[in-house]
Amino acid sequence: MTHGSQTQPTKIETLKMTTPLISALAIEKSYSKGQHKVPVLRGAGLTAQRGEFISVIGQSGSGKSTLLHVMGLLDSPDNGEVLLEGKRIDNLNQAARDQLRNHVFGFIFQFYHLLPELTLLENVMTPLMIRHSLFSYWSKRKEIRAEAMDILQQVGLGHRVKHRPSELSGGEMQRGAIARALIAKPEILLADEPTGNLDSTTGREIMETLKKLNEESQLTIVMVTHDEAIAQQAHRIVRLAEGQIATIGREEAA
Amino acid sequence: MYKLLLCMRYLKTRYIALASIVSVMLGVATMIVVNSVMAGFTNEMRDRIHGFLADIVVESRSMDGIINGNAQMQVVQDAAGDFIAAMTPTVEVPGMITYNDPITGETFTQPIQILGIDPAGKASVGPLKDYLDSYNVVSEDGTIIRDRLRAVDTPLAWELTASAASYRRMMKQQQMIMIPDDKATGPFGSVVEANAGRNADAGTEIAAPDFDTPFKGNEPVVPVDPTAPMSARIYIGEQITSFQTRDPETGKLHKVNMVNPGDDIIITTIQSNTPPEPISFSATVVDMFRSGMSEYDSQLVLMNIEELQQNRGMIAEDGDAITSIQIRLHNYADADEVVKRIKAAFPPGLVTVSTWEAKQGLLLSAVEVETAILNVLLFMIIAVAGFGILAIFFMIVVEKTRDIGILKSLGASSNGVMSIFLSYGLGLGVVGSAAGVGIGLLFVRYINEIEDALSWVTGRKVFNEKIYYFPEIPTQVNVMMVIWVALGAIGIAVLASVLPARRASRLHPVRALRFE
Repeated sequence: MTHGSQTQPTKIETLKMTTPLISALAIEKSYSKGQHKVPVLRGAGLTAQRGEFISVIGQSGSGKSTLLHVMGLLDSPDNGEVLLEGKRIDNLNQAARDQLRNHVFGFIFQFYHLLPELTLLENVMTPLMIRHSLFSYWSKRKEIRAEAMDILQQVGLGHRVKHRPSELSGGEMQRGAIARALIAKPEILLADEPTGNLDSTTGREIMETLKKLNEESQLTIVMVTHDEAIAQQAHRIVRLAEGQIATIGREEAA
Repeated sequence: MYKLLLCMRYLKTRYIALASIVSVMLGVATMIVVNSVMAGFTNEMRDRIHGFLADIVVESRSMDGIINGNAQMQVVQDAAGDFIAAMTPTVEVPGMITYNDPITGETFTQPIQILGIDPAGKASVGPLKDYLDSYNVVSEDGTIIRDRLRAVDTPLAWELTASAASYRRMMKQQQMIMIPDDKATGPFGSVVEANAGRNADAGTEIAAPDFDTPFKGNEPVVPVDPTAPMSARIYIGEQITSFQTRDPETGKLHKVNMVNPGDDIIITTIQSNTPPEPISFSATVVDMFRSGMSEYDSQLVLMNIEELQQNRGMIAEDGDAITSIQIRLHNYADADEVVKRIKAAFPPGLVTVSTWEAKQGLLLSAVEVETAILNVLLFMIIAVAGFGILAIFFMIVVEKTRDIGILKSLGASSNGVMSIFLSYGLGLGVVGSAAGVGIGLLFVRYINEIEDALSWVTGRKVFNEKIYYFPEIPTQVNVMMVIWVALGAIGIAVLASVLPARRASRLHPVRALRFE
């Protein structure tokens, strides 16, 4: 595991390969349930190099989703730091965090989380609608539309663009969600149990898509799962238990 | 951009929100209708008050009047002649009227206000012909039941119409047959006697045109038309001697006149000396008037000014006394200036000078207060609609919790999420207001048709023209009023969505995403 010493080096050097793309260091996080504080993460950490495909595996309640949320700035840690290319990002102001979520991170969720009122195409365009103001969106609307159509073709949904999420199957919705994550051209894809709600065949397809993205576009992927078989398809496995790193699997021995 | 798109989608897909649109819409429509009708009524009422009062009225403080009316009018002319289009002297005095019920023979006495006028002069300061019965067509339920009795271009005078004259002749002849005795009975006898000396028409001292004279066989016969009208002539307010009654068979309301043009009545008033002494004289009803203002129609009797001055002892060698001067201006906007000038021209304490608005200030301001209170109450309705929006929005925010989490995970800012719901509220307000304005204006436009339909459905006249005095419901749409009502409703809708929108914007993304 890498440690806090890496926050010090000068910025030019941090761009070198040795600086991980993202690292979460000694994250502590607890939720309060009533009067009790329930610790979820107790010093867990994770570091991903550019182009890596990491799976985080653990039991329910082990804190793997929370770790993902903290890394993706959806949640802030009680203690610890999140570094993006060596720069601390977890303590940025709300606007900057919103910007990073929009530009740097792409999210995929277990329950797809497409917006039910919008068509598939509109769902895919949402990150760019959020990024651009009304005026600049209007002036770029054709390119954005073409781009969204392109990505939907890539994930094999070119024929379903006008459908509402409720008219799509689970696999289609997840591929739509991947398309939505990709349109923002993220540097890191954070996937929270992407196959958790799908049958094994469809799950395999989704995994194929993710692996292809990782190999062809060098997209960094951090995937949370509780399924050993799914986890094995990543480059590296991080095992979480009770909010702490248990083992770091495969290529990187402890 | 996503804000607009989502807001539009929510507007289109959340039918429950339409419920709150309906309440906004109804509130707005009601406000527009009520305001338009109130404005229409007020306008009509102002017209009628104004019609009878002239722009400016100069009144003497005392009922005895001020001597030499012409000189006073000259003072007014000198003070503000440039602004004045016309003026006329009048004598106003309280009095009583006594008349017989033609069927039962019962005698009624009623308090009235007598206004002595010169018809041509009065017509020059206000629309007199429009109010006189004989100059107007009588219609009922849209059909003409009686044509004009006088052509519109007939000059105003104190003459009977042909039909009234023949009616009078017939009545007199009947009375001659029924009362062959020379002992006059009924309330008229003695008064006619007292009044006999001043019958200008007949031109002789003893030529009282009272009904029993022709039968006083012993006296020298003077060629007098016994049916000629009295020298005192009046236009009587139509509500004074009439009442509404419902026909027992048809259930329709109709008016019963106890006194008709051609009849004689007795007027009692006071002379202009100190202490005032009562005098009574007979007068012939020449016409009925209907200004549409119940206050005038049930109290006012217009009389020929010379005769009133004569009876009250206001005739003087150095000019007859008058009690007031009615003035019409070229431009009513100058009224305040003219009032100031006339006030300055008269010695203090002699006269009061007021515009018609000031004279009827209490009534007008009462209507204004009424309108204001109605507006407050109706705005409460829209405010209630606002609370409806608040409740429904909270529901929608709860329902959309997960979507809010998704948007935040995609990088939407809290302000962005808030503005979705604010613009949703704005959208509801705009749609509701627009629909309300549309419905309200349509309602106002077709209010009489709607009234007809309602009357037909309920079998009962909703808006009875005989009670309200209007052939149809008057309305006046004030554009600024419509704009304010619409803006107010939109404002309330936006305000009501502030709380839910803030709640939405403060949702924690992770908790929102986990929300089931």
